[in-house]
Amino acid sequence: MTTAPSAGMTRRSAAYLATHPRVRLALILSAPLTWLALVYVVALALLLVTALWTVDGFTGQISPTWTLDNLRTVVTGALYRTVTLRTVGVALLVTVIDVVIALPIAFYMAKVASPRAQRLLVIAVLMPLWASYLVKAYAWRSVLSQDGLLNWLVAPVGLQGPGYGLPATVITLSYLWLPYVILPIYAGLEKVPNSLLEASADLGAPPWRTLSSVVLPLALPAIIAGTIFSFSLSLGDYITVTIVGGTSQMLGNLVYTNVGAANNLPLAAAIALVPIVIIFGYLALVRRTGALDNL
Amino acid sequence: MLRTTSTLRAVTATITALLTTAALTSCGTTAASGPEPTQEQTSLGKTEGSVSILAWPGYVEDGSNDPTVDWVSDFETKTGCTVTSKTYGTSDEAINLMKTGDYDVVAASGDATLRLIAGGEVTPVNTDLIPSYAGIFDFLKNQAWNSVDGKAYGVPHGYGANLLMYNTDVVTPPPTSWSVVFDDASQYAGKVTAYDSPIYIADAALYLMTHKPELGIKNPYALDDTQLAAAVDLLKAQRPNVGEYWSDYLKEIQSFTSGDSVVGTTWQVIQNSLAKEGVKTAVVLPEEGATGWSDTWMISSKAKSPNCSYAWLDWIASPEVNAKATAYFGEAPSSQEACTFRDDCEAFHAGDAEYASKIWYWTTPVAKCVDGRTDVTCTDYAKWTAAWQEIKG
Repeated sequence: MTTAPSAGMTRRSAAYLATHPRVRLALILSAPLTWLALVYVVALALLLVTALWTVDGFTGQISPTWTLDNLRTVVTGALYRTVTLRTVGVALLVTVIDVVIALPIAFYMAKVASPRAQRLLVIAVLMPLWASYLVKAYAWRSVLSQDGLLNWLVAPVGLQGPGYGLPATVITLSYLWLPYVILPIYAGLEKVPNSLLEASADLGAPPWRTLSSVVLPLALPAIIAGTIFSFSLSLGDYITVTIVGGTSQMLGNLVYTNVGAANNLPLAAAIALVPIVIIFGYLALVRRTGALDNL
Repeated sequence: MLRTTSTLRAVTATITALLTTAALTSCGTTAASGPEPTQEQTSLGKTEGSVSILAWPGYVEDGSNDPTVDWVSDFETKTGCTVTSKTYGTSDEAINLMKTGDYDVVAASGDATLRLIAGGEVTPVNTDLIPSYAGIFDFLKNQAWNSVDGKAYGVPHGYGANLLMYNTDVVTPPPTSWSVVFDDASQYAGKVTAYDSPIYIADAALYLMTHKPELGIKNPYALDDTQLAAAVDLLKAQRPNVGEYWSDYLKEIQSFTSGDSVVGTTWQVIQNSLAKEGVKTAVVLPEEGATGWSDTWMISSKAKSPNCSYAWLDWIASPEVNAKATAYFGEAPSSQEACTFRDDCEAFHAGDAEYASKIWYWTTPVAKCVDGRTDVTCTDYAKWTAAWQEIKG
């Protein structure tokens, strides 16, 4: 129980807020907006600014003299082009694999399974997220190794696993991001009314026709939400590729070595702009397909 | 569809937030501080009561990681200097942390020491004030990585070589030369491993010293543009045969155990772990010699507790403590007496000057050639890093 004056204060301010919805909104939003502005806008600006600075090779200090050298290096360097293409290729492949696997699972969860099975499946999909990212990546390292589970499984049919390298990276990343793709698609499919499917069937459409003309168009925004997850997460990943990627490196590794080994923050910042530009490009592309407008 | 809209927005917001958080962490700028000439101390005063130490993991153990591993508590009781310590993961991180001026003492490897000296972060050390210094192996004193112009900048701690390890079942006959990972690497294609750091370029340069004498490489850490290009070409030719590069020693232990790697560079401590597990591997110091590391305890030029710092340098170099610390890390100790407190000195070839002379200790490549040439400019560490990224492609 609080004392009378402060209780009066509380009541007065509550009454004031109740009659002033705008003030209420401002108070609620100010904290998250400040956070967003600081962490998002300011950090992005700092990143851009750092990319225009240079580092003194002898003492390792950053000297704030303006130069476009870092950006020029990143745009014209053959190394950065190769690694960018490789990274985008891996991200696209992971996204396609994840969507192909996630669609039937999500459809089954949303439209076919009984409510009880549905709950169990949601738990099953979420379960891998409870384990640490590193544990899962190292688990794949041991599965894909020379005397690992995969080689043991395929040896009887005379095959050999891919070993460490880009294929291993794609497999591991597809596994890691699958829940992030299944969940939005599942949520989107759940919103598709069953009556539409029934109507389509009643009008004589075979299942594949219902799927392609009714379900897919309605689920497209959800699928795109899923692809944004898998694409952007793959684009920024550098740990999986160090664990199972053999000698391959991705954009994240270049950023990492430039911050760590090379102590060249400006160049690292310039490289970090590449995935940001790609993601903005991807979002713009998604916008152009009209998927975002349908929402 | 409303829910999906908000999902999508949430997704986009989360992603951007994550990206920018990552960006923010890479944006720290360090305060500028130019090299200042500092004088070594001539006498010791009263200890200050505390000392702050920056070191590799496993170098400053006070029993909090493992109750049986503790050589800090006795130091605190004996000198009255309370120790606060911080560990670092890479030499570059150590340099950035030293620039803050928050640490009195640092344990630095040879690929960091010259950069610390050049940046004015550390001060010359008066070894007369450190009684334990006398017992240290002569071949570790006054070397290119721990002294400049005859002035000692620290006390040697421990050392080791980057050896050639091979799977005894697969690699026959036993190799005696680094050619098994360079010119003849194709017979073990996909199963060769190498150390994942720009400093590995020195391993290629060391190989070229013997096999391409016409390049005129005298020191693998002093490469001019032509010599660096030759080393880079060698490493680019090696890359298709490399299964994976390693920088985490546990990763190498695992890949040799599983057979994913069968030949490549290693440390003695890795061989010791593998032998304990019964994995069929062996190590050799190849005929060309090898690169290696020799760590040095240095004192910050901005040290707030210089007397406690000297006390620590003396303590950590004293035979029993040095034996404990180097045994825990898995490297050779810095003095013969330390071997009386260790039973594995033989395995690490401690004090074997002949063995030690075959080791080219990690030294920071700088523009002023460390082999003494003055007619050319050498390639510096920044160039090595760029080259290393290019090699990995």
